Amino acid sequence: MLGLGVERLRGDMNRLLALLFHQGVLDEQFLQLQQLQDESSPNFVSEVVNIYFQESEKLLRNLRSLLMDREFSDYKKMGVHLNQFIGSSSSIGAKRVRNVCVAFRVASEQNNRLGCLRALELLEHEYCYLKNKLHELFQIEQQRLLAAAVRYPVQH
Amino acid sequence: MARNGMFSRRRRAEKVEEYDELLPLTEATHEVHVLAVDDSLVDRIVIERLLKITSCKVTTVDSGMRALKYLGLDEEESSVTIDDLKVDLIITDYCMPGMTGYDLLKKIKGSSFREVPVVIMSSENVLARIDRCLEEGAEDFLLKPVKLADVKRLKSYMFNEDRFRGEEKGMNKRKLPESSSDDSSTPTLSPSPSSLDLSSTPSPPSTSSPSSPKAFSSSLSTDSPTHSTDSSMPSSPTRRLKMISQDL
Repeated sequence: MLGLGVERLRGDMNRLLALLFHQGVLDEQFLQLQQLQDESSPNFVSEVVNIYFQESEKLLRNLRSLLMDREFSDYKKMGVHLNQFIGSSSSIGAKRVRNVCVAFRVASEQNNRLGCLRALELLEHEYCYLKNKLHELFQIEQQRLLAAAVRYPVQH
Repeated sequence: MARNGMFSRRRRAEKVEEYDELLPLTEATHEVHVLAVDDSLVDRIVIERLLKITSCKVTTVDSGMRALKYLGLDEEESSVTIDDLKVDLIITDYCMPGMTGYDLLKKIKGSSFREVPVVIMSSENVLARIDRCLEEGAEDFLLKPVKLADVKRLKSYMFNEDRFRGEEKGMNKRKLPESSSDDSSTPTLSPSPSSLDLSSTPSPPSTSSPSSPKAFSSSLSTDSPTHSTDSSMPSSPTRRLKMISQDL
């Protein structure tokens, strides 16, 4: 199965990518990242994305703890977190997450706590979806690499 | 030329100091060293990769303060000598906590590094902001997210026509037997505090060319420059601003 699965896996990857583009989850900036991956940096995309995940989860925790505070009023601080989130999402091509952050920022600028809470829930949902899908993508990629290695074993 | 290079390397063992300066003259490659400033970790990683893939040497810092410190421009360590530091380009994010990219730009333009081109990156397409930066002396303004084409274009118009700008700096003013096939104009002697960079990993010059039809730099290259010291710089910032605003 392994050696023969390479093309099927490549197809799976492309289909998943196409779906994510179609859904607006990813945009062309993600393709830019792929262009930056080569033999000298073969895991570039997954490395950057993993760092994005770490940073994003920190931001999400901060946003949630700000909003959960009953005496919350520091919308400015929330704005700072959101700007960071918007920036990093934009840099990796996470279009839907970015758009939700932008809407979130609007609610924050209006000091609209309820709007912010709703936006946060939506953001957490979008982020989860993105993370799951990208993990799936990387998994398929890993499998494809393994399958290719088996098919073309290194001769010594 | 190659003979000179070998000659100097052989003698190097014997007379290190004297022939240190000969080497770079004969090296055809000169790696561009970029200082990238951005408070976002993700963005630092991306910009570093973008620059490395276009054959630049990269140093990244996470704030304007750290950038000044790296350049030796912070007040605390004025005794630090910067003879060995060579920065060909500074690229900085605009929105940063503490010192913004604009503040950093002003500080650099008011320092001994004023000749180093500074490029601003921003996720916001605010004409007034672009205007302000260009008037303060920024070389260019990139909209985030930064793409490979942006970096290639930048490198191409800043450095490919002017590959030996670095060789002429500092100590050595000896005239080269012509080795550059790119440009017929003689490289300008731009005053710089830094010495030559003896890159240990000479990389082939980037073969990229601006692919976008909006590569206005090529159309501006015939304009007379307004920078007084450097006649090889493309064109005036405001001219470029007009082109940018047309592109937007």
